[in-house]
Amino acid sequence: MSQKVEKEPLFSSKNVKLITDPINVTNPVTVLVLGICSALAVTVKLKPAFVMALSVIAVTILANVITSALRKGIPPRIRIIVQLVVVAALVILVDEVLKAFVYDVSKQLSVFVGLIITNCIIMGRIEAFALGNKPWPSALDGLGNGIGYGVILIVVAFFRELLGSGTLWDYQVIPDSFFIKNGGFYENNGLFILPPMALILVGVIIWIQRSWKRQLVEKN
Amino acid sequence: MENLISIFVKSIFVDNMIFAYFLGMCSYLAVSKTVKTSTGLGIAVIFVLGITVPVNYLIQNFLLGLGALTWISSSFADLDLSFLSFIMFIAVIASMVQLVEMIVEKFSPSLYSSLGIFLPLIAVNCAILGGSLFMQEREYANLAEVTVFGLGSGVGWFLAIVGIAAIREKLSYSNVPAPLRGLGITFILTGLMGLAFMTFMGIKL
Repeated sequence: MSQKVEKEPLFSSKNVKLITDPINVTNPVTVLVLGICSALAVTVKLKPAFVMALSVIAVTILANVITSALRKGIPPRIRIIVQLVVVAALVILVDEVLKAFVYDVSKQLSVFVGLIITNCIIMGRIEAFALGNKPWPSALDGLGNGIGYGVILIVVAFFRELLGSGTLWDYQVIPDSFFIKNGGFYENNGLFILPPMALILVGVIIWIQRSWKRQLVEKN
Repeated sequence: MENLISIFVKSIFVDNMIFAYFLGMCSYLAVSKTVKTSTGLGIAVIFVLGITVPVNYLIQNFLLGLGALTWISSSFADLDLSFLSFIMFIAVIASMVQLVEMIVEKFSPSLYSSLGIFLPLIAVNCAILGGSLFMQEREYANLAEVTVFGLGSGVGWFLAIVGIAAIREKLSYSNVPAPLRGLGITFILTGLMGLAFMTFMGIKL
């Protein structure tokens, strides 16, 4: 081909949008309803939520890049199996890394590290983006969606830990003397530690986001 | 026998896949608009969980676990392949779903057409892989217990999705604040249903 291909700069405005859009208007959790399965069970404390967010970001980027590089060689009929194998191999790597460096957090996350495999965000982004795009935009798309997921996780975990245990990142935030048992007026809200509260918090986040971005409101 | 009943009841109500662990939420939220489709999906999940959990239990105990390969040769006694479990489990699930799909298509075309697209989608339902991973973590004693646990988890998931679908059908007649419509209110409703299910917690069986 003699036609000169115009080279796109690495961070063109289109590519930057790939990162910023999923954080807000196409957020994988609150708008596309993907990846909620594992998102909510790990948000009791900030630290596991943060580690989980980092793991998911790593897996989405790498899975997107790998499938995008392989996209011309994968037969469409068996693509789901190929994708699952790529993702499962990456998750095994992440799991081994977590076990080696942050063993206590990896114990807290228990089965939810393994469940990154079936996290719909990863499969969804591979299907919707990586199979039709070059590796570099796919990497940015993976980064953006991973961050969009991580932001929700961290916001939910922030409120659950602050109001449920009175701590942040395991440091006591609310002074001891405030608690009723020490003659104060304050009591931790036990409801925030229970799993249903995570769902209600995400519901409220969706409510706030959609009041702000009216175009996201559902019709029915 | 009593033990089996207690595992069954516990996996339906106390350790409910959706309300206690949020597993399979993606399809739970996406497919729960009408009772009819969610019943179909629920039955398919029971079916697949009831098959994959025992199969993965056999794989765990005869291929992957510490010393599981001793039936081949005693020199494998300290071999531990359990780091491979994710990839094995997901492969088993994907192929089992394919197999179940073919069997159902052959022997009951009417059930096959009513389940439609949901059957293949189950391969990436977190509840299925979650069932196998919990089986690995909780160390059940034998095949019967594991099968009952798989079936019970499926029934719990079925109850949850049919329940929320019924509520959402009624909800279309009520005036929900616009930004909360659809996804938002479904989340909050699931939370409230979860609170109701928590009354089963701590029951010793």
